[in-house]
Parts: sequence; C-alpha cells; structure tokens
Amino acid sequence: MPSAGRQSVVDVALQGAALEEPVSMTRSRTLARFRFRDDAFRNITRAAAISVLAILGGVILSLLVGSWPAIKAFGFGFLVSEQWDPVADKYGALAPIYGTLVTSAVAMLIAVPLGLLITLFLTELCPMWLRRPIGIAIELLAGIPSIIYGIWGLFVFAPFLQATLQPALINLFGPVPILSDLFAGPPFGIGMLTAGLILAIMVLPFITSVSRDVFDAVPPVLKEAAYGLGCTTSEVVRHVVLPYTRVGVIGGVMLALGRALGETMAVTFVIGNAHRVSASLLAPGTTISATIANEFTEAVGDLYTAALIELGLILFVITFIVLAIARYMLMRIERRIG
Amino acid sequence: MMTLYQRRKLRNHVVIFFSLAATAIGLGWLAVILGTLLYHGAAGLSLSVFTENTPPPAAQGGLLNPIVGSLIMTTLAVLIGTPVGIFAGTYMAEYGRFSRLTHVVRFINDILLSAPSIVVGLFVYDIMVPPMHGFSGLSGAVALAVLVIPVVVRTTEDMLALVPRELREAASALGMPLAYVIGKVSYRAARAGIVTGILLAVARISGETAPLLFTAFNNQFFSANLLRPMASLPAVIFFFALSPYEEWKALAWTGALIVTMAVLALSITARALASSRKTS
Amino acid sequence: MSMASVHSSTPVPAVSHATETGALEEKVAVRKLNFFYGGNRALKDVNVPLYTKRVTAFIGPSGCGKSTLLRILNRVYDLYPNQRAEGEVLLDGKNILDPGQDLNLLRSRVGMVFQKPTPFPMSIYENIAFGVRLYERPPKAELDSRVEQALRRAALWDEVKDKLAANGLSLSGGQQQRLCIARTVAVKPEVILLDEPCSALDPISTAKIEELIDELKDDYTIAIVTHNMQQAARCSDFTAFMYLGELVEFDTTSKMFTTPTDRRTQDYITGRFG
Repeated sequence: MPSAGRQSVVDVALQGAALEEPVSMTRSRTLARFRFRDDAFRNITRAAAISVLAILGGVILSLLVGSWPAIKAFGFGFLVSEQWDPVADKYGALAPIYGTLVTSAVAMLIAVPLGLLITLFLTELCPMWLRRPIGIAIELLAGIPSIIYGIWGLFVFAPFLQATLQPALINLFGPVPILSDLFAGPPFGIGMLTAGLILAIMVLPFITSVSRDVFDAVPPVLKEAAYGLGCTTSEVVRHVVLPYTRVGVIGGVMLALGRALGETMAVTFVIGNAHRVSASLLAPGTTISATIANEFTEAVGDLYTAALIELGLILFVITFIVLAIARYMLMRIERRIG
Repeated sequence: MMTLYQRRKLRNHVVIFFSLAATAIGLGWLAVILGTLLYHGAAGLSLSVFTENTPPPAAQGGLLNPIVGSLIMTTLAVLIGTPVGIFAGTYMAEYGRFSRLTHVVRFINDILLSAPSIVVGLFVYDIMVPPMHGFSGLSGAVALAVLVIPVVVRTTEDMLALVPRELREAASALGMPLAYVIGKVSYRAARAGIVTGILLAVARISGETAPLLFTAFNNQFFSANLLRPMASLPAVIFFFALSPYEEWKALAWTGALIVTMAVLALSITARALASSRKTS
Repeated sequence: MSMASVHSSTPVPAVSHATETGALEEKVAVRKLNFFYGGNRALKDVNVPLYTKRVTAFIGPSGCGKSTLLRILNRVYDLYPNQRAEGEVLLDGKNILDPGQDLNLLRSRVGMVFQKPTPFPMSIYENIAFGVRLYERPPKAELDSRVEQALRRAALWDEVKDKLAANGLSLSGGQQQRLCIARTVAVKPEVILLDEPCSALDPISTAKIEELIDELKDDYTIAIVTHNMQQAARCSDFTAFMYLGELVEFDTTSKMFTTPTDRRTQDYITGRFG
C-alpha cells in the first residue's frame, strides 16, 4: 500500500520514461541518419557491382548491333569464306580465324611444356634463395606491354629467325613428306610461326604462376611418401604432383590460351597481314585481332566496318568460352585450397 | 642394356636438364628483350624527347605530346575506373558477401580481366565515337577505364575479404552501421592492398595500345583537348614502328623504352608495397 | 597410469628373444647422431640400435626428437635445405649419411609409413603397382599377385578385392593407412619405419594395425614412433625413451616398463610429465 514517502510503481515508471525520452529521441534520430547513409552507400556499391555486368552486356550488345549488317549479308558463310575483298565488299572470316587458332596452338604447344618445366624447377629443384628472384623475373615477362613484344618481334626476332631458324627448318623438313608443306616457302622472317613463338613467350608467365600456386599446395606428406618409396624427382612430379594438381594446371593453361587468342599488338607486327589460309607455318597470315587493328580505322563503308565488328564478336565469343572454362576450373581448385 | 634402375635415373637426369634449360630460356628471353630495348631505345634518349612534339616524316623531334596524352588519359581513366572498382569490390566483400549477385559478378569480372582489349576498344568506339563525331581523348580514357575496373574490383574484393571478421564484429558491436564500419575499419585495414591494386591497374593500361586505336586514335600535334583526338605513347609507337622512316622508328624504340620502364617501375612498387604490408 | 597397471594389464611381448642377445644383429646402428634445424640442435649425440626383425619403439614427450630421428633413417629430411645431420647411421654396416649414398636405393630398402595416411591420387591397385613397377617390370599376372600379396599382408585384401579400380582416397582413414602399409611392403624393403601410424585413426583400425605390426616383424626390422605408451608396450620388443633430443634409455620393452633405470624414464612412464 503506497504511503506518503513512497510512490506507486506506475508513477516511478512514468517518471523514468519521461527522463529518458529526450535521450532516446536523439539516439533514434542519429540512427535514422546512419541508416540513410548506410542505405545510400549500399545502393551505390550495389550499382557499381551491377555496372560490371552492364559492361559485359554493353560489349555483347554493341558487338551484335555493330555486326548485324554483316551477319545479315553473309550469314554462316562468313565463317568459312577465305575471301576478303574491300573493293567488292565481300568478306570472309576463315583466314583470320585460322590464323588466330594456329598461332595460339603453336604458342600453347611451346609454352605449356616450357612453363611446366620451369615450374618443376622452381618448386622442386631451385635453391630457396633463388626462388623469389627467378619467380619475379618470369612474372616480369607478363608485365612487359604487348606492343614491346610487337616491335621487338618485328625489328629483332623476325630478322633473326629469317637468318637462322627458318632456313634450318625449311632444309630439315624439305625431304620429309607432309612436314615439308608445314615448313615450306621462302623465309620471310615474319609469319605465323614467328607470331606463335612470340605469343608463347607472352603467355609463359601465366602458366608458371598458376602452376606454381597449385604445385605449392600439394601436401608435403604426399611428396614425402613418394620420395620415401624411392621415387626420383621426375617420378614424384609425374605420378603424384601432376595428377593431384591436374585441374588447376588445366585452368592455368586455359587462362593462357584465352590470353593468346585475344592478343593483338604482339601479333600484328609479325603476322604479315595476309588474308590467306596457308598450309605452311612460315607463311604470312592474319589473326582476328590483327585484322581489326590494321583495318578498322581505314574501313570505309558500313559493310566493311560491320564485317570487322563481326570478327570482334567471334573473337569475343571464343575467348569468353575459353576463359569461362578456365575460371570454372580455377574456382574448383580455390575451393579446395582455401 | 641398362637396368631398370639406371633407366629411371637417366630419365630423371634428362628431365632435370630440360627443366634447367627451360628456366634458362625463360630468363634468357627476358634478358634479350630488355637488352635490345635498352640498346635501341637508349640511343635515342635525350632531353628533346621530353620537350619536343612528334615530328613530321623524316625529321627530328620528340615525344612530348604522346607522353602528355598518355598521362592525361591514364589519370582520367584511373579517376573514372577506380571509384567504380572500389565500390563494386566493396559491395561484393561487405554487403553482398554471400549473395547470388556477387557470385555472378565475380565470375564475369574475372573474365573481363583477361578479355581481349581490342574488343573493349570496339565497344567504346560504338558508344562514344559516332555520337562525338570523331576520335577523342575522352573516349580513349573511357576505354582505359573499362580495363581498370576489373583489376580494381578484384584486388579490392580480395583485400577487403582479408580484413579479419573480428574487426568488423567489434565495430558493429559498438553500434556502428555497416557503412561506417567499412569506411573507418575495413578500408583502413585494406588500404595498402587497394593501393597496390590501383598501381597494378595503372601498370596494365600504360602499355595498352589496341583500345586506343579506335578511340583516341592519335594526334601529330600537341593537344590536351579531351574532345579531340589525343596522342598516346603506345599509339605513336604503333604508327611510327610500322612506318618506313628511320627517325620515326628510332623514336618508336625510345618510346617503347619509356613505357616499359614506367610499367616495370609501377609493378615493382606495387610488389614492394604488397610485401611490406605482409611484413608489417 | 601406475607402473603396477602396466605390469599386470598389458601382455608382455616376446621377451624370450631378449635372452638370446647373442643372436641379435644390428640392422641399423645410430652412432653419435646430431641433427640441426638451421642453427637449432634437435638431436644430441644419439646412439641406438635397431635389431634385425625386431620391433623397436621410440617414446617420449612432444618435441623430444623421436620423429626427427626416424626421418633420418630414410633421409627424408634431405628434401628440406635447412636441415642437416652429423654422425653415423649404419645400415648393414654402411653409413647412409655419406654424401655419396644413393637416396633412391636407400629408400627402396627402408620404407616409411606416415602419421597421416597418404594414398596417391590413383586407384587402389595402382597405388601398390606403382611402387612395384619402380623396381621391377613383372608381367601382368605376376603384378596382380604381388598386389594381392601386399594387400593380404596389410589385412586389406578382403575389404578391397572387389574395388581395386576405385580411387585410393575413397577408403576410410584406417583402410587408407593399411593401403599405405601395403604399398610400403610391396616394395620389399628390409626396414619399415612407422611414424605414429595410428594417431589419426579410430581404436578399431588401431588394433588392426597393431596386429599387423606383430605379423610384419617376422620379415622386417621395424621402428615405430608412438606417443601412446600402451601401444609401445603392446607392440614392441625394444623401447627407446627420448627426452629433449637425447636418448635417455634403451632396453627391452618389458624391462623398460617394469624397472626403468633412469629417473626421467620412470617419471614419463608413470605419467608425471608429457
């Protein structure tokens, strides 16, 4: 029963509530302000993330729209026609596609074994103190801008090949059937083989850096078990490390392939820019990116421009597929390691 | 006839030999390329390279306008691309960490990272050159910005993801809303890494030629006007190297040396920054 | 755990061999062995024998150097540049620490089973065949029987005979470890080193492997590192107690666990530390 000196519970509560009202009001107002800023920030960042998708969408859309006249005019025949005649306004993508595939294939055939051997050296044989410097040096190869490879190729490498490797190849395979066609013809210096070789040097660091990451992730116990059986280093790498890292290595190879397919400057200077499909690797040819780089700014007429854009579309589709496969494989590896 | 054991040993020695040879070849290439670059490019290095504009055919000159043009477009590209990249990376690492959108964006971003830069050039050409009635430094900068964004997104996301969970939780426990947490805590912790990413992006676009060919094109004369065609070192190297004039070819080599030195300096700085962050 | 319980509840291993000390050969003799991780000395002047076709257990608290010692016996430490050994380890009288020693040959004579089961990324059949093929190229029929023999020896045959093509990693932990033992045995070594082979396994698998060790001892000289003293008491003929990089005491297992000479041994066995 409330007496004179004591208040009822309700009164006390109401008094307390009245005291706290102002504090909680400002606090909730502050929090509301925070929330506004927070929401605004969240929306800005989300918009930025979506813009990445928008870029991709924009690229695909602009390529499709730009190449539409050519698609309408030539249809699927575009992919198999070797003709490239700006005067008659007739175009075919066969030569560029062929050149792109051949130069990339040459590049991969050289870069993959070379890259894996370098990785073997760096992970199993190299003394500790040399590992970082050599690793960095190999990665510097990736840092050199591709146009440098281009002019180096044009002014230094091509003349060198013209004087040494190409005549040697022509003589070596001259009497051999089939292979003589592959290495036939006058030694121009430039050509598909030269372009392929330069691409190989360019993509080498991609293969080594991805392979190194996955090789380093092999549990040491597994390697010790193999050595413990009496395996030699090459046997350990071949029978234990490579199977264990297979997915990652393939991912790295696909990444390198994606780069090789899309490379422009390194190839443009030394490919020879001939819209021809030749059997010989020593002959000049062209790639999709080299064609676009060389002819786009001088293309007159909508159909010419559209044909070039359609080439760009084809290149984008090919590289997108290759890079998507690479990404998928590397994602699986990252999940296993991380 | 060798025993099995001897054959295995031989095979091992052969493989080791080839792996040493491969490493020597790889390092040898680097040495040869850098060596010839130095040899040809240094011959033309002089003060006039940095003070005179590009010359007409068969005349002496310098590389002032392409150097300035490259600096302008690179700076603009970084100013445009970096905020977009940082914000996008922030969303992916903080707000939308486990959302579907983030997975898709990460996948697409990584593809854009390695996509052919010439296609980017075509894209920016399509959306900017006809409306602007011609080539312009602005469209060149935009093309470069499109190349900057994926690099910055990737490094930002990676760096923010490395910020310890506990740090964020402690800040949130104080009542800080997420934006504050990100601004005051996450960014500060990841600062060095994000800067490294920006440096890497700059290194990447400094040598890019293909996207500039259809956007900024080139300019024989000095121009800092973003609405007109603008010269850039890579584009000048491209045109001069393919020309028949000796003076132009010499300038192309010198320009190539300058670009390479800049790119290598940026890469090494970025790397040094990254490793000092690890040790600190 | 008191000494009394060790004495009464664990089966005493084949003590009879110990009385014929004259008939014991030293398969492996470790003499004045010192080992360094960088500048850090991990083993100090260790002297210990491994008698032929006997099981020798190495016990001691964490960090005492028992695994380090084992890993010297097949020179697997050689894979790491910072680690070096000084002294002598004689296998049948020849020092294996000699720089001229052929490592692959050594490891074909001294096999090792690790703490963590390490099946190779291949099928069960291939895991075993791979080791065999390193040293011999038998025709398919003989290879099949070698694989079967090894799997039987490891008490794994019945469990895997219908799925030899399955990946080694698809087996359970205990089965994987027995696969590793089978793989080691298939190569026909003379010495088998077991580095805490059961510490990652459940009790049933552990029991199976301990039975295995008892059978394998008929053909191989065995050294086993274990942090489980009861296991040492159950499985081994001789025991070496190590502490802080030194070999404190070496004796027959029965004597070690009943009347150890050194105070530290007694303290460890009675659970006063470690």
